[in-house]
Amino acid sequence: MTTAEPTDTPRAAEAPTAGDPKAKKPSSPLLKPERSIEGTVLNVFSHGFLILWAVLAAGPLLWALMTAFKPSASILESPWGLPDGLHWENWSNAWSNANIGRYTLNSFVIVIFSVPLTMLFGSMAAYVLARFDFRGSRIVYFTFVGGMAFPVVMALVPLFFVMKNLALLDTRHGLIMVYIAYSMPFTIFFMTTFFRTLPSSVAEAAEIDGASHSRIFFQVMLPMAKPGLISVGIFNFLGHWNQYVLPFALNQGDEDDYVLTQGIGFLFAQAGYRADYGRLFAGLMMAALPILIVYAIFQRQVQAGLTAGAVK
Amino acid sequence: MTKTVRRSAGSPKAGAGGFRSSSRYRTYVKYRFVFGFLVVPFGLYAVFVISPFVQTFYYSFTDWSGLSSDFKMVGFDNFTRLMDDERFWAAVRNNLILALAVPLVTLSLGLFFAFMINIGGRSRRGEAVTGVAGAKAYKILYFFPQALSIAVIAALWGYIFTPGIGVLEAVLPSSLSPENGWLGERRFALFAVMIVMCWAMVGFFVVLFSAAIGQIPKEINESALLDGASRARTFFSITLPLIRDTVQTGWVYMGIMALGAESFAVVNIITIGPGGPDDSTQVLGVYLWQTGFTQAQAGRGAAMGVCLFILTMLLAVAALSLGRRRDRIEY
Repeated sequence: MTTAEPTDTPRAAEAPTAGDPKAKKPSSPLLKPERSIEGTVLNVFSHGFLILWAVLAAGPLLWALMTAFKPSASILESPWGLPDGLHWENWSNAWSNANIGRYTLNSFVIVIFSVPLTMLFGSMAAYVLARFDFRGSRIVYFTFVGGMAFPVVMALVPLFFVMKNLALLDTRHGLIMVYIAYSMPFTIFFMTTFFRTLPSSVAEAAEIDGASHSRIFFQVMLPMAKPGLISVGIFNFLGHWNQYVLPFALNQGDEDDYVLTQGIGFLFAQAGYRADYGRLFAGLMMAALPILIVYAIFQRQVQAGLTAGAVK
Repeated sequence: MTKTVRRSAGSPKAGAGGFRSSSRYRTYVKYRFVFGFLVVPFGLYAVFVISPFVQTFYYSFTDWSGLSSDFKMVGFDNFTRLMDDERFWAAVRNNLILALAVPLVTLSLGLFFAFMINIGGRSRRGEAVTGVAGAKAYKILYFFPQALSIAVIAALWGYIFTPGIGVLEAVLPSSLSPENGWLGERRFALFAVMIVMCWAMVGFFVVLFSAAIGQIPKEINESALLDGASRARTFFSITLPLIRDTVQTGWVYMGIMALGAESFAVVNIITIGPGGPDDSTQVLGVYLWQTGFTQAQAGRGAAMGVCLFILTMLLAVAALSLGRRRDRIEY
């Protein structure tokens, strides 16, 4: 309080002199300093918030990365401390003993089939729905697109028995088919809009030259739709790679056949009694890092792909 | 393929002009093509998506166990039994909390960050409308969680909440760090689930809303700036009304996630039971699966599926009618 007294007076004396040059300007003299004060308060507040969320977004990942290099004993002793060295044995342990390598391979095998096939079937249906006038086309379109509004979880039990009756339960090709089917709504929704925007003159020229419908599709329209295909392809890749609910319900057979997301859930369930936390964090990071690196490289395309369908 | 064309073209060729050049032939080729291109996608969709959805409604009126193939129709029995089921109501209540609170928090944060990143910065580098400093870095960073699988995110936060190894107790006062951790405590468990879901989704909405804000013509924001509108004023009078449709879509999308897949994954992976302690984190998806599959009461599980469907529809209708646009600005 006592120190505030002397400093207060010069500031008060300065205020009119500082305000003077501004007052000469034609625009309202009183508003300006007021707004800049409000501006700085807002600035500090908003920037603080932005930085806080940046820490919250990256913090847990950095913490997990750090922990992945610590021996399990020191994780329990000091969860916050820096690792005393790079303990790579956690990583090799997770890769082979905790089967992360195996789970990654399983996910990879499924995605390598499910994503291209989703794109092919989705754009075939979308092309027909976008550019051909036929009876029932609107019904088919809305049947497909309506699927976006239904929660997958609701039909899990009947879906399980459908798969069981078709002998597709706990098989890779079964999971691939289900992934494709559940990606149809968004893929078709997006690609239909995309095919509608493509100019029809090129396709008409090809038709006059005598190209068949399927030839026009594969050699003219599909190459033209490449930007759209890439966007939805990225969306579907992330969706299939990260899918949890469907494999949880339909791929419960052999533990060796688990996909990565199931493997992570399984590892977490074991955390309590195994207490090999170093290995678990290494496993977690192995599942997270490749996706994060790919994302950091392609982030523009990923962001464009994810938002393209939702924003008009 | 060429063979069938020749054969079908052969017989009516005697007619005037030939069948191949007639409009009937063109229609035939068109329908053959349309059918050929739709049969596989629609077949897969019908078998794996439509049929299970329809079956859910059918089985909800039966006493099917799921184990044997015999069952009988029981009318609304499954539904009336659900009315007396406390666990079911706990699941509905938690689902409703999740479907309202998680989108509210996630979308508000997403809107605020997207606004700051895109038009929150003021008068820098001669440009009238810019984002705050470091906007690009924020956008990349915020999106990180979205690239990760919900399973990885759930497990990661599961550790954060684990007493002993998690970082949570080091940050929070001891009154907020119960002995068994947040996931072991009735009061906190649902909060823990909400935090995980919000954390996972905010980045997506920052990107989504950034794209929507990017579509607003620069002149509109510039003129607001010239008129001396404050940031809050710009946000509520210009940005929010102009991206309202996107916010609405986002709300419905987030609500569906909170009712279905997302809450299923998080609750299933990290909570005790799953759904515990004492059903404090039970959600319809998880309870439905436990009833229909683990306890072999497929009919009752299907009835829960129908309830989940009704909840989702109610939420979608509410979100779409509440936020209906009264004023429309052409741009």
